[in-house]
Amino acid sequence: MKWNSESKLNGLALLVALLPVWEGLSRTELVNPLFFPPMTRILRSFFLLTISGDLPYQILVSLQRALAGYLLAALVCIPLGIVMGLWNQVYRMLELLIEMARPIPPPVIVPVAMLFFGLGDEMKIFVIAFSCAWPVLLNTYDGVRSVDRVLMHTGRTFGLSRGMAITKIVFPAALPQIMTGLRVSLGIMLILVVISEMVGSSDGIGYFVLDSQRRFKVDQMYAGMLSLALTGYALNQLFLLLYNSILAWHKGLTRAS
Amino acid sequence: MHLLEVEALSKSYRQIGGESTLAIGEISFQVEKGEFVSLVGPSGCGKTTLLMCIAGLIPASSGMVKVNGAGISGPPKNLVLVFQEYNRSLFAWRSVLGNVLFGLEVRGKLSREAEDRARHLIGLVGLEGFERHYPWELSGGMQQRVAIARALAYGPEVLLMDEPFGSVDALTRLELEDTLLKLWQELKTTILFVTHDIEEAIYLSDRICLLSRRPSRVVRGIEIRLERPRNQLTTRADRRFVELRNDIYRQISDQAVK
Repeated sequence: MKWNSESKLNGLALLVALLPVWEGLSRTELVNPLFFPPMTRILRSFFLLTISGDLPYQILVSLQRALAGYLLAALVCIPLGIVMGLWNQVYRMLELLIEMARPIPPPVIVPVAMLFFGLGDEMKIFVIAFSCAWPVLLNTYDGVRSVDRVLMHTGRTFGLSRGMAITKIVFPAALPQIMTGLRVSLGIMLILVVISEMVGSSDGIGYFVLDSQRRFKVDQMYAGMLSLALTGYALNQLFLLLYNSILAWHKGLTRAS
Repeated sequence: MHLLEVEALSKSYRQIGGESTLAIGEISFQVEKGEFVSLVGPSGCGKTTLLMCIAGLIPASSGMVKVNGAGISGPPKNLVLVFQEYNRSLFAWRSVLGNVLFGLEVRGKLSREAEDRARHLIGLVGLEGFERHYPWELSGGMQQRVAIARALAYGPEVLLMDEPFGSVDALTRLELEDTLLKLWQELKTTILFVTHDIEEAIYLSDRICLLSRRPSRVVRGIEIRLERPRNQLTTRADRRFVELRNDIYRQISDQAVK
């Protein structure tokens, strides 16, 4: 995907242009302002909640859980995916288990996790890790499987041991695809932290949004949504920054071919 | 004692039906220290398979490969194979220098001297100034130069080359041949070179082992007594060169129709 600065500016212009439309619809009561408050009121609420520290606190709580689950998934699934990719017996043994567990819609795991872990952080971290696991696992497996045979032969002719081949060839060669899995999971992570907090929590941004809605503080609810949108955007940008610095070689390679 | 000895090496493959086919049938030959030997044969005669067996990358079905008199049972550490598919053999995530340093890194010999040696070899293959470039920024011919520098930096006693110039254009090919000869003379390495290009084999080698069709055997060993340094124009125009080419060509085409 190519983004030049001009089209990015156009995107920002579109966003800014939509704000008065929202404002107008609400102010003229074409839509019910109770459910759809004017943008200015939402922004004011967002601003107040930000400087009071409420929103940053809730986001921080959620991010801690989210990243804990995400990193847990990565730490387990990247090595496991590599092992599965290198040893076909391991893959064949786990294939059925994985293919049965993977289609389970992650929110269904929430009640199960509540039985085991209660309503605490462990429950949420488990649910997030479970959901983030699959894209990372399958992309890592696939990336390792498609490492070129010639590359592996090259390693061996230079006397590379099997163990060293993993760190020196398999991992770097599969890294672009591992990163693709990690990027998909980043979006899933945000979804699952919010769901798990809506079902059973007394803090976090998911809880905050649901709680605001229940207490009819609709502008706060929208402010919470706005903070989630900004957090998601920032996470994605950060990830891309990381991706481009680690995989500069890959970006050039794909552009060249 | 010969530097490299291939003794009655054969290789058969088990097919999907269960029966096995013989790809290589009892090949024997020797390579002496400092020699440039080419294996030439009709396409599909198992040259690549033979080289993979000698490199210890796939096991032979029977027979032996000896380096300095000792039988091998895996990739020997004084022998390196250069692949035809340079674009698949180079590490795309490493710079030219990083690629050339690879072998030394594996041996745990990364040092100031190692880097100097790598830079020297990059210069010898004509890539000075490209140390920080990535493989995909280079042309095919340049990529194969990187692969050759990488193999030589490892300091092998024998360099095995599997049709290394098979996928570059004709002009680049001539340049690469001359670069290789220069390196061979300067570094006094021993080279076992696989090609199906008869002229290339004559131009480069001290000796040619002519292989038959599957199951391949050594049909004939041919000494090439053309003076060195060789020259793309005068050597190729030499009467003896032309005679050798015709002679070998006839023998190979006889093989092909049988």
